[in-house]
Amino acid sequence: MSEVVATPVPMPAKRRAAQLFMLAGAVAIVMAAYANVGLAVDGAIPSGMLTYGLSLGGLMLIAYLVLAKFAPWADPLILPLVTLVNGLGLVMIYRLEVGGQEEASATNQIVMTGVGVVLFTVTLIVLRDHRALQRLTYTAGFIGLILLLSPLIPGLGREFFGARIWISIFGFSIQPSEFAKIALVVFFAGYLVAKRDVLALAGRRLLFIDLPRARDLGPVIITWVVAIGVLVLQRDLGSSLLLFGGFIVMLYIATQRTSWVLIGILLFVGGAFIAGQLFDHVGDRFEVWLNPSAPEFYDREVGGSYQLMQGMFGMGAGGILGTGLGQGYPQKIPLAYSDFIFAAVGEELGLTGLMALLLIYALIVERGLRTSIAARDPFSKLLAGGLSFVLAWQLFIIVGGVTNLIPLTGLVTPFMSQGGSALLANWILIALLVRMSDAARRPPPQAIQDEGLTQVFQR
Amino acid sequence: MSELTLLLIRLAFLAVLWFFVIAAVGVIRTDLFGSRTSPATRGKPAKPAKPAAKPKSKKGEPRQLVVTGGPLQGTIINLSETPITIGRANDATLVVTDDYASSRHARLFPQDGQWIVEDLGSTNGTYLDRSKVTRPTPVPLGVPIRVGKTVIELRK
Repeated sequence: MSEVVATPVPMPAKRRAAQLFMLAGAVAIVMAAYANVGLAVDGAIPSGMLTYGLSLGGLMLIAYLVLAKFAPWADPLILPLVTLVNGLGLVMIYRLEVGGQEEASATNQIVMTGVGVVLFTVTLIVLRDHRALQRLTYTAGFIGLILLLSPLIPGLGREFFGARIWISIFGFSIQPSEFAKIALVVFFAGYLVAKRDVLALAGRRLLFIDLPRARDLGPVIITWVVAIGVLVLQRDLGSSLLLFGGFIVMLYIATQRTSWVLIGILLFVGGAFIAGQLFDHVGDRFEVWLNPSAPEFYDREVGGSYQLMQGMFGMGAGGILGTGLGQGYPQKIPLAYSDFIFAAVGEELGLTGLMALLLIYALIVERGLRTSIAARDPFSKLLAGGLSFVLAWQLFIIVGGVTNLIPLTGLVTPFMSQGGSALLANWILIALLVRMSDAARRPPPQAIQDEGLTQVFQR
Repeated sequence: MSELTLLLIRLAFLAVLWFFVIAAVGVIRTDLFGSRTSPATRGKPAKPAKPAAKPKSKKGEPRQLVVTGGPLQGTIINLSETPITIGRANDATLVVTDDYASSRHARLFPQDGQWIVEDLGSTNGTYLDRSKVTRPTPVPLGVPIRVGKTVIELRK
């Protein structure tokens, strides 16, 4: 910006003080939770509390300072809310580590949080204008597809727990679908900004729904094929559901046609049904979902319901108020530190804690959608709406799966589950939201007033 | 650690967690109120002030748009509340006959006592002083705006 804009038009305040206050509150709650775990398990405040608390606080202070410098108008709540969720995830992983779950590693997770914050700040510093992403529409789509399919490359892909969704580079295991998620949302947003009018207006009307033209339907069909293909080849139901839902909702946001939602749901149900008929592991999920307590599923080694039932037992033991941090047995749930962290939290904090946690997620999503409403250019409207929805949708898929509302699919709980890739990708996602909320809340540009035929959108 | 202490800690922790959620909602609420009350407080003094202020014209508010360069040099347009469009089109407020200007080149409009210049997607761009106008930008007094060969500025 040039120095001419010395006197901006009065608009929403920056609310930096509120942001710092909430951030401090989030870090304090996380430290209190650490202390609580220690007090319950050993009867003393854990020695690591200060280290963990101060490193989390320090990281967030860095994130805050970078945000204040490079995105001063950004939404004041996004960072504190994410901090709290991330911190509670850390505490839960620490608690599971103390409880004897061997794979859980709080140290690993806080290092990953650190890398995530670094990526967050780097994204904010490098990406000064989110509209630069619009120029990379097809590049992003290409990168997204490559990432999505990369675990299938022989020699690069790794298979754990029956799902081939990891790649291994330089000794690190990466789950590329997490990054593909962001790249594909960017691609969808860029594509739909260009095509939304033709998608909304051209086409025939059949009964109650507007059918789009075949050539406009093309990308949907392609995404559908890719989503179902990923499902089948990598045994990754979660990612395909996530991607497909994200795309359908972005189509809906862009065109405001209910028909897209109907078409999308029909396509996915059809695809999932066929996949369920053709492939055993997909069909098993449905069986397990309908009958989780059946002994033949409960005792089955692979693809059974043991884990699901343990999670439900845990949440049942927690009840309304929970057993208290460090006083339950969440370590009995297999993989409680990753996919089932929600059930572990449910056991120790109870329904009250889970509701608070879900509300915090809901507030993050709300701030994202608010950014989308306040955004001035159609690209960032779509991108912010899409990213927020994908976050909410991911949470729904995994929480719904853990509570047996929908068939269980392997997805991580954003920011809470142990796992570097997801944490890093979600911090980048938050950086994009922060960047866009900064642009949306920044004062100078004024709304285009009604002046006849000429309407100009900024690019 | 006694059972009772742990129970109290557990309840206190849940209470603090909910307090955080409520505080977050509070921040959102003040955010909404902030943007809702600010036009109201802005509107209130403006209403009685407007009729009185119009002939007097508040100090520092531009009243004229003067063409200081180009073929139309010397033209003066008195500013009112209506936006001013600049371009080659016949319906523009300031019609410039200039090969370097687009038919709807730029627009000036008042907002909260400031005049804002906005480029309307012109081919050759609009310049405020030396910098290209990429987004609607407030125009200070006496700073030249370049549209093709024409230079205009706001004066009191």
